[in-house]
Amino acid sequence: MTNTTKDFTADTRASHFDVEKIRKDFPILQQEVHGKPLIYLDNAATSQTPTVVVDALRKYYFEYNSNVHRGVHRLSQIATDAYEGTRKKIQHFLNAKSNEEIIFTKGTTDGINLIAASFGRGLIKQGDEIVISAMEHHSNIVPWQMMCEERGAKLRIIPINDNGEIIFEAYEGLLNERTKLVSIVHTSNSLGTVNPLREIIDLAHSKGVPVLVDGAQAVPHTHVDVQALDCDFFVFSSHKVFGPTGIGVLYGKKEWLQKLPPYQGGGDMILNVTFESTKFNDLPYKFEAGTPNIADVIGLGVAIDYIQKVGYSAISAYENELIRYAVQRLSEIEGLRFIGQAKKRAGAVSFVLENVHPHDIGTILDREGVAVRTGHHCTQPVMQRFKVPATTRASFAFYNTKEEIDALIKALYKVIEMFS
Amino acid sequence: MDELRDLYQEVILDHNKNPKNYFQMDEPTHSAEGHNPLCGDQVEIFLKVENDKIIDISFQGHGCAISKAASSVMTSILKGKSIAEAKYLFEKYQHLVTADINEAVNVDEYGHLAVFAGVREFPMRVKCASLSWHTLLQALENKTEMVTTE
Repeated sequence: MTNTTKDFTADTRASHFDVEKIRKDFPILQQEVHGKPLIYLDNAATSQTPTVVVDALRKYYFEYNSNVHRGVHRLSQIATDAYEGTRKKIQHFLNAKSNEEIIFTKGTTDGINLIAASFGRGLIKQGDEIVISAMEHHSNIVPWQMMCEERGAKLRIIPINDNGEIIFEAYEGLLNERTKLVSIVHTSNSLGTVNPLREIIDLAHSKGVPVLVDGAQAVPHTHVDVQALDCDFFVFSSHKVFGPTGIGVLYGKKEWLQKLPPYQGGGDMILNVTFESTKFNDLPYKFEAGTPNIADVIGLGVAIDYIQKVGYSAISAYENELIRYAVQRLSEIEGLRFIGQAKKRAGAVSFVLENVHPHDIGTILDREGVAVRTGHHCTQPVMQRFKVPATTRASFAFYNTKEEIDALIKALYKVIEMFS
Repeated sequence: MDELRDLYQEVILDHNKNPKNYFQMDEPTHSAEGHNPLCGDQVEIFLKVENDKIIDISFQGHGCAISKAASSVMTSILKGKSIAEAKYLFEKYQHLVTADINEAVNVDEYGHLAVFAGVREFPMRVKCASLSWHTLLQALENKTEMVTTE
């Protein structure tokens, strides 16, 4: 599938979105938990997997399981074609210039670690600075902290306002001649904020600073065009876009990936090895040491086909309506306070209830069949910023319905009744 | 809702709303801080121990209803007890909240702790119920490092 693929439902309005038909593609949604229909509102943690993806994994293991880039035999050829075919698919999906710019990783965290380690080793000196924001997931904080400590560099933080939006003027003030990289989240997992990436990237580029975008929470909801964004690196995870766990993608501009030293050494990433020296392989293999996660790469490719078949414009329209409805219904609850009220938002709604700890809310909702995330969502600095120990987060996918939001609200009233 | 009511008994909800011994103690002989990194629960336990006897005990921190009630009940029943008795009760309590759900538990043996019998039906919540007790042990051993339930 290429970027010229027809967006089948692009011109249908949200009201015509056939959610019941889509739900049939996700067998896991058909079950009951604690005797109640499962209402899965934890999509920002992990999304569910459609039948076609699992079928592709089964087909791989039953029909052509073999190693890639090695054998001259038939099965290895089929596996290599499927694996490399997915790389091209993802190139078109993200609108990258070349398939050499697509590296398979274990996930978003792995992708950020790759860049932090490689960038650090290759390009960071004592006194250099890395800029991140106050709404980053731990996976976009800790790898930079580790690297900064190792290289004697400094981590600078863009503050956020009470709505959970970055303070742009403060960002402007942080950029200077020591800034070597900006790493920022596209869509916040705990606040739902969508960042003004074009402005952020343009400003960084005007000072010659490259930008990494953590797209883990963006790709499930919105079409990403890396050339339009002009980001230098972009990372996302398969398991949040209806694909298998344990696989992810790192996009990097070719000129950057060529400049950076390899991350891990091993098979597949070399051209020639002697005990004296090793000549590294070309892109993208330079960054893919060892036998890759072949089956799940192929599964991710099928998940992306699935998303494109549903169509991002239909997904966005439908999900925006879901979130609008969720915010409206939640606002009716007395004593409920939203954490994160950005003007531009996607995916998740975070809130706290007066006098009830999120952990208790989570347990009671679970007994009503409603799966939400409670806790700090791997964003402890965000919790500190808003002076709450934890929040309850409902996060949506295009298979959720307004009826499920009604069930969430009903369950929340049970919580309030129990704790009143 | 029955299992939920087992977990959130009125006594637990009352302790959550009006916790006992909830204050920072001046000059404790023992103290420790406990932390559950998964849910962000944090508790500090303070003790005054004389001749192996707990003269005073209090706690501070933030957490869910289960963890707050656990701290409140624990501090209430341990005041005046010996350290050996506290350690014995810790073992007993651990058994109460982690016993297999098919195992018959005679709640009468547990006195005020019996209200936590419902916790074992919620394995995800055992850590909430145990944090303050683990922190207590840490305090009694006079270890200064932070306890985590991970």
